[in-house]
Amino acid sequence: MTKFITLAAGLTLAFATTAHAQDKPELTVYTYDSFVSDWGPGPSVEKAFEEICECDLKLVGAGDGAALLTRMQLEGARSEADVVLGLDTNLTARAAATGLFAPYANRPATLDVPTDWTDETFLPYDWGYFAFVYDNTKLKNAPDSFEALIAMPDDFKIVIQDPRSSTPGLGLLLWVEEAYGERAPEIWAGLAPKILTVTKGWSEAYGMFTDGEADMVLSYTTSPAYHIIAEEDQSKSAASFKEGHYMQIEVAGKLAATDQPELADAFLDFMTSSAFQSIIPTTNWMYPAVFPTDGLPKGFEQLITPVDSLIIPADKAEQARDKALAEWLTALSR
Amino acid sequence: MAHSSQPIRPIHFILGGSAFALLLLLTLGTVIALWWRAEITSSLSTADWATIRFTITQALASAIISIAIAIPTARALARRNFRGRKFILTLMGAPFILPAIVAVLGILAVWGRSGYISDLIANFGLGPLNIYGFGGVVLAHVFFNIPLATRLFVQGWSAIPVEHFRLAAQLGMETRDITRHLERPMLRAVAPGAFLLIFLLCISSFAVALALGGGPKATTIELAIYQAIRFDFDLTKASQLAMIQFALCAAIGAVTILIATPMHFAQGLDRKAERWDARETRYRVTDYTILTLVCLFLFLPLASILLRGIIPLFTLPSAVWWAALNSVIVATLSAGLSVCMSIAMSAFIIRIARKRKTVSNVMEVVGFLTLAASPFVIGTGLFVMTFPFISPFAIALPITALVNAAMSLPFSLRVILPAMTRAEDHYGRLADSLGMQTWDRFRFAIWPRLKRPVGFSAGLAAALSMGDLGVITLFAPPDMATLPLMMYRLMSSYQLSDAAGVALLLVTLSVALFWIFDQGGRLEHNVR
Repeated sequence: MTKFITLAAGLTLAFATTAHAQDKPELTVYTYDSFVSDWGPGPSVEKAFEEICECDLKLVGAGDGAALLTRMQLEGARSEADVVLGLDTNLTARAAATGLFAPYANRPATLDVPTDWTDETFLPYDWGYFAFVYDNTKLKNAPDSFEALIAMPDDFKIVIQDPRSSTPGLGLLLWVEEAYGERAPEIWAGLAPKILTVTKGWSEAYGMFTDGEADMVLSYTTSPAYHIIAEEDQSKSAASFKEGHYMQIEVAGKLAATDQPELADAFLDFMTSSAFQSIIPTTNWMYPAVFPTDGLPKGFEQLITPVDSLIIPADKAEQARDKALAEWLTALSR
Repeated sequence: MAHSSQPIRPIHFILGGSAFALLLLLTLGTVIALWWRAEITSSLSTADWATIRFTITQALASAIISIAIAIPTARALARRNFRGRKFILTLMGAPFILPAIVAVLGILAVWGRSGYISDLIANFGLGPLNIYGFGGVVLAHVFFNIPLATRLFVQGWSAIPVEHFRLAAQLGMETRDITRHLERPMLRAVAPGAFLLIFLLCISSFAVALALGGGPKATTIELAIYQAIRFDFDLTKASQLAMIQFALCAAIGAVTILIATPMHFAQGLDRKAERWDARETRYRVTDYTILTLVCLFLFLPLASILLRGIIPLFTLPSAVWWAALNSVIVATLSAGLSVCMSIAMSAFIIRIARKRKTVSNVMEVVGFLTLAASPFVIGTGLFVMTFPFISPFAIALPITALVNAAMSLPFSLRVILPAMTRAEDHYGRLADSLGMQTWDRFRFAIWPRLKRPVGFSAGLAAALSMGDLGVITLFAPPDMATLPLMMYRLMSSYQLSDAAGVALLLVTLSVALFWIFDQGGRLEHNVR
């Protein structure tokens, strides 16, 4: 029924009025689309936070991860948003430079993120490792490094995402850059014949992989957890690479121009609490930033643990990206 | 051909003029808005120029091949009458509106490394097929655009009065003569416009080109715009690239409008032509072979979408049905808007054409502009323009409908403008002599000739709007989604099978909407 009202209201241009029907304070959180969907963490997070905050939590999906920052830059200080949730460390330096975000003082003493977290503005809520996912019923000896991948037979093909339009695609770029440095162009030249194609986003690539078009797809080490837990399907595995795996750390930040600073702080406090963190693993399919007291859900123990966690510090990420992107384009345009 | 001397009335200025103003606002206006809002300045790199070259080459190849296949297909459909002909024509609307991701997976189900064809040739020790590269890009674009081109040519054939074919038969003309005297002049009038439409559609494609192009070589301008806006927040570059797309569009548009020669057929009684000349076996065999091949090419990927989606379709979560309702509402609104705008613009163009041909040509090119417009630029530009004044959520539905209407305008203008020109040519002077003015004139003289093309273009606009995922992403309020948005959300939450169900629902609803509008245009017109 509420959806019907929303719809009718939208048609009569009066949407905004219904949204303010209650007297409770309202906290607006901008996030990415898959977070707010019925299968993402959104609905449970909203319910859990509204139980303790006596407020109305409004989660707004503003496109994909990269679109979030653009959206904030477009809206500027006039934005209705109080909190932005879903940026990653590749974007935090630029996000901080916009001056739109305010520091958050109440950072928990310990975070279960495999890196020292010193950022004063942004707070992590989950993280994961990029990895190549394969079907273990078809592929017995998965490559264990980029060099082993290059040495695979000619008809072995992978699908990756374009670093210019997708966050995992950018992650792979920085992964090769961080693992190989000066040798990165050489690695890309070797990988080029193995790359079946490059897609706009994660969904196209993953769909092509599950349809059997490619042998491996760039995704996360936690992707098999979805198949194991939600589908009871043991056939997907992530290949563990000797070089270590590049990390994606997803963060949230409070906006300087918020009209609900206390509520925004309360939300960030809640974000690292057990109530929020226990929702993450089986809805966002990532590792929680603070492990719940009763451990990770059953199935996560089957996932690979990278020997080394690679990450380029936020302040260097942008520069590294430009260099790596140029190398990538050169190697793959031959 | 003599024209009636209908003057331009204020109503033409107001309606036609505001439709034009709206188009200019959405296209050039949004680019200017981005430019104005830009925070950094930058210039185009060599990589950008390589991108521009690739964009043009693939679009040219795709357009030429699509047209080359569509002409014999349309001829076969025009001169054969068989069971299922209508069904084929209706279903042909489907590939055109498929969201990129669905189309890619559908095409790969047939042409991919583990697709039907690869499986088939594996029996002979061949394969697997590798379509990635330039060929893959063109294959996908031809898949999208054959149906559109075919529909336009079928319209062209049905615009040749049946009396002409009868006379030709009486004079003992062979198929060759009919081609020369009747069909070729029609093709001269229709083909340039169809070519332009497809060329422009291929220019702004990006997800498909990238996925089937095999790598960054297959980058189109649209990806560069996407990157500039999303990753770099480089609005200067985005607006520069958008301007290049417009310049390309305007240049190609001007050339095609100069090449195109209007049809000058007399008005007939609108019945289906009987083609005695084409009864020979060899023509029969050619026609049915072409139809079979084209249908296989178009409908196999659709069949794979059906197979994939049919089971999940019945267990879709309720949120999907709300999204479907939203999509249908937006599509219907934008179909109505698109048709009204096209009629207003056509009336305006026709009247101006009598006084100043150059001005009317320029206006026709403007009518094509939205095709060359990047959805990201339009969306972001509109956001920049409206955000200071009104919450984006409050205007989500109307603005989506409006932008979708503008996006489908090039198509409906392509169909409605020639039909209206013909109606004015043939009945305009009669109407004048009867002293018919604006409304009566439209109702009695023009509308009966216009309702079929109007039904067709409303159907096309509705179907296009159903599949669109342009501006809604920036404006959608928290609990409002459209079907394509829902499908992407499902996919990014690993719900691939439900997403396939939504894709099937999307295709079915689009084809149904197209069919309803198209049939609506064929209803008997009773003037009381």
